[in-house]
Amino acid sequence: MNSKPIAPTLWDRFWRLANPKTFMGWSSRVLPWIAAAAAASLCSGLIWGYFFTPDDMRQGSTVKIIYLHVPAALMAINGYLLMFVGALVWLIRRQHVSVLAAKAAAPVGMVMTLIALATGAIWGQPMWGTYWVWDPRLTSFLILFLFYVGYIALWSAIEDEDTAADLTSVLAIVGAVFAMLSRYAVLFWNQGLHQGTTVTMADGAKQENISDVFFQPLLLSMAGFSLLFLTLLLIGTRTEVRSRRLKVLQERERIE
Amino acid sequence: MIQLFLRDVGLSVRSGGGFGLALIFFLIVVTLIPFALGPDQSALAVIAPGVLWLGALLACLLSLDRIFGLDFEDGTLDLLATSPLPLEAVYVAKASAHWLTTGLPLSLAAPVLGVLLNLDYETGKILCLSLLLGTPALSLIGAFGASLTLGVKRGGLLLSLLVLPLYVPSLIFGSQAVRLVGQGLEFDVALILLSAISLGAAAILPFASGAALRINLR
Repeated sequence: MNSKPIAPTLWDRFWRLANPKTFMGWSSRVLPWIAAAAAASLCSGLIWGYFFTPDDMRQGSTVKIIYLHVPAALMAINGYLLMFVGALVWLIRRQHVSVLAAKAAAPVGMVMTLIALATGAIWGQPMWGTYWVWDPRLTSFLILFLFYVGYIALWSAIEDEDTAADLTSVLAIVGAVFAMLSRYAVLFWNQGLHQGTTVTMADGAKQENISDVFFQPLLLSMAGFSLLFLTLLLIGTRTEVRSRRLKVLQERERIE
Repeated sequence: MIQLFLRDVGLSVRSGGGFGLALIFFLIVVTLIPFALGPDQSALAVIAPGVLWLGALLACLLSLDRIFGLDFEDGTLDLLATSPLPLEAVYVAKASAHWLTTGLPLSLAAPVLGVLLNLDYETGKILCLSLLLGTPALSLIGAFGASLTLGVKRGGLLLSLLVLPLYVPSLIFGSQAVRLVGQGLEFDVALILLSAISLGAAAILPFASGAALRINLR
């Protein structure tokens, strides 16, 4: 009965990355690079966008807020998506790092939602003549914000870590379903002022939407925001892992 | 399961069960509205559908933490968990008992209170129908929220914070249906979507809530 040890498949190796110890290892090596890339692309994207693009014919210089507004909105939605995936992975595979990543993603995503709402309001005042309208897109972002708040509140309300992880994951999944529902319900409720999607990756559609002069710096600042999100996510997750370890050490101290 | 349902209904109807509380709260909200907005009849008629839906929704919130809270404290829920009945069924029984004691009376009372807000008879009928179709979702979502916040001490505020965003779609479709009737437009679509949410909640939430209960009782 000398069965050979089975060689780990690529799938196994992938999941091994989520082992807390390996995670702390590779994330500490990767983090400085991602942070540097985030800083570089954010700075160059924003400076390019703010100082080296012409004013729009109709919107004047207010158009430039797009370099903050669109990437923040993008990351607000992807942040919730990431929380959803993290919750699923935790419930199915019990990977602690994934639920800690979901926990770390929530405050970042919430701030991104706030940035998108605030920049939208600042832009809306000169353009639409009002800071706020009950437009479908604005309303769904406000609801998304409420979902983030609820998720964070539930995390902080439950003392036992694993129970909190389980319950918030259930909430995140049900919340994702209802967030989608609200998105379409709100469309039914009111026709909007907000323009449709102007940024699409499809080449054919790009021509009529937004000209390259604005599009290239926007793309750069979108990349910058994504990398910034990733940086903050990694830092947050590492903090959570460390705080778990501290708690274990404290418990051990108390026993001895 | 039927036993449990009857027990819950009985408990809430008897004195101290809070059966009448939701109705009285609803009445008070409707009474306070004209004080806040002025007694103008035509203005009241315009906002009546929304106010009545919102009032019913808030009245539903009041009794949510009772659904599981008392049974969790005195250990009944632990016994139920060890009984052959799955926790999903416990959830369904308790959510339907909650609906029967709050959702149903609220729906029937809404057109009557609508008279106070100058709501005409035809619109009142649709309001009643939309509440009948929509309140099951409110009870189901609320019971799910209650099962999430079971272990949290003084979780009432947290419960409302979690549940209210989930109520958004039902509120939109429900009050929209009544408003469309008021304007003499087609309202079928809103009612159909409203029932779709109730049915969808009934299909999905038992499993989510069963999982949450199991985690809390661990």
